[in-house]
Amino acid sequence: MSSATSQQPGADLEVDTPPDLSGDPKPGRLRWVAQPLVALAAIVGVLVYTNTKTLSTKQGLLANGELVSGFTRHLQLTVMAAVLVIVISVPLGVVLTRGPVRRFSGAVLAVAGFGQAVPAVGLVVLAALYFGVGMGPFIGALTIYGILPVLANVVVGLDGVDRRLIEAGRGMGLSAFAVLRSVELPLAVPVMLTGVRTAIVLMCGTVSFAALVGAGGLGALLVTGIKLGEKPLLVVGAVLIAALALFLDWLARIVEILATPKGLS
Amino acid sequence: MNFWEFVQDRWSLLWFQGYQHLSLVVQSLVLATIIALVIAVLTYRSNVWTAVAEGGAAVGLTIPSFALLGLLIAFITNGVVLSVVLLAFYGSLPILRNAVVGLRRVDPGLVESARGMGMGPFTTLVRLQLPLAWPVIVTGVRVSAQMLMGIAAIAAYAAGPGLGSFIFSGLSRLEGANATNLAWAGILGIVVLAIVLDLVLGLIGRLTTSRGIRV
Repeated sequence: MSSATSQQPGADLEVDTPPDLSGDPKPGRLRWVAQPLVALAAIVGVLVYTNTKTLSTKQGLLANGELVSGFTRHLQLTVMAAVLVIVISVPLGVVLTRGPVRRFSGAVLAVAGFGQAVPAVGLVVLAALYFGVGMGPFIGALTIYGILPVLANVVVGLDGVDRRLIEAGRGMGLSAFAVLRSVELPLAVPVMLTGVRTAIVLMCGTVSFAALVGAGGLGALLVTGIKLGEKPLLVVGAVLIAALALFLDWLARIVEILATPKGLS
Repeated sequence: MNFWEFVQDRWSLLWFQGYQHLSLVVQSLVLATIIALVIAVLTYRSNVWTAVAEGGAAVGLTIPSFALLGLLIAFITNGVVLSVVLLAFYGSLPILRNAVVGLRRVDPGLVESARGMGMGPFTTLVRLQLPLAWPVIVTGVRVSAQMLMGIAAIAAYAAGPGLGSFIFSGLSRLEGANATNLAWAGILGIVVLAIVLDLVLGLIGRLTTSRGIRV
């Protein structure tokens, strides 16, 4: 190779050198702007469509009031379950990484891993069969489903904190609780929030099944659309649910960045 | 009727639907792997296209499967085609993500030596780059397989065959006889299939990984 280059200077430049793959691509930049805009455009497009069209009797769900109440219910179910998930998983994850309980954390993570093989719709149906239809049992099922990824990330995030930092904190005279509050939790925040974002997107999708068990939401458009074979209902429902999921994903990413301690980014 | 009596009673139907479920997932998985590998090979060399592929995979995974199912029902009438399209779409996303990462991680020095030894770009890809990226790709296939098990259950709501039909018939018999048995049978069947498929894929991954990089 070196002799070849000395004989024909510059010839090696003509050989198709492998592309420079060292730098990580930055997929984020366009998505930051594009994702919420696409979501918003989809919602506006759908509203324009439903408002310029004369609705047949089968398409009552496309009336503005119905759409707004479906959307609000969808968001409400997602947010309520997300709050419950965070309130339950963070303390549970903290307990699982403390003292003698620590040895169970591996087992809990393994169970959580297998638990994710349980189809979400199955949990929703079971909750309805045992506890009746309506919002309560549905939110319960949704919360259980969301806890798995968040709890796993809380444990992984807390375990990932450098032991030396904790010892340094203790050495400075901070109590165990103060170290947890001002060292461990802030350092684990990025990993925890990634889990929360995953859970929110999963749950926003799962809320589509709420309509199957009488808990409302945008899934009603899909369920009714499938039953009656009404394409407009199907398309509008699908577009709105997808737009909401994309928007929540984007919002959660923003929160993730804002909540990451400045020293870490 | 308790659960075990129920399972014994419906064993042949359960077995048949389980087979259908698994066969739908496996066939879609094969299709998804091929699609994802082709896209990954076409995109991994360019930073821009890699970003597009990775962003597209992330956005695709954000879209709820029930929503896409609803959208597809509006345009595809054949239930089997519909299920396969739905599963192949979602299945290809994690594989694509991992394949791009795996291919980009191959040491450029190794690629250059392969080329220097006289291998063409295609031979280099097939004999060097894909084998080196294979363990990462297999991990993506296993993630996809787990996900498709659940999505196949959802597809049963409108279109497909499979164990999801047990869950939905349980729901439609709310408070009727065997409703909970039906739902449990569907769910446990899916979990068992998911675990079995994961073990099998792990084994296949080990056996197909080039001996030099086997851990």
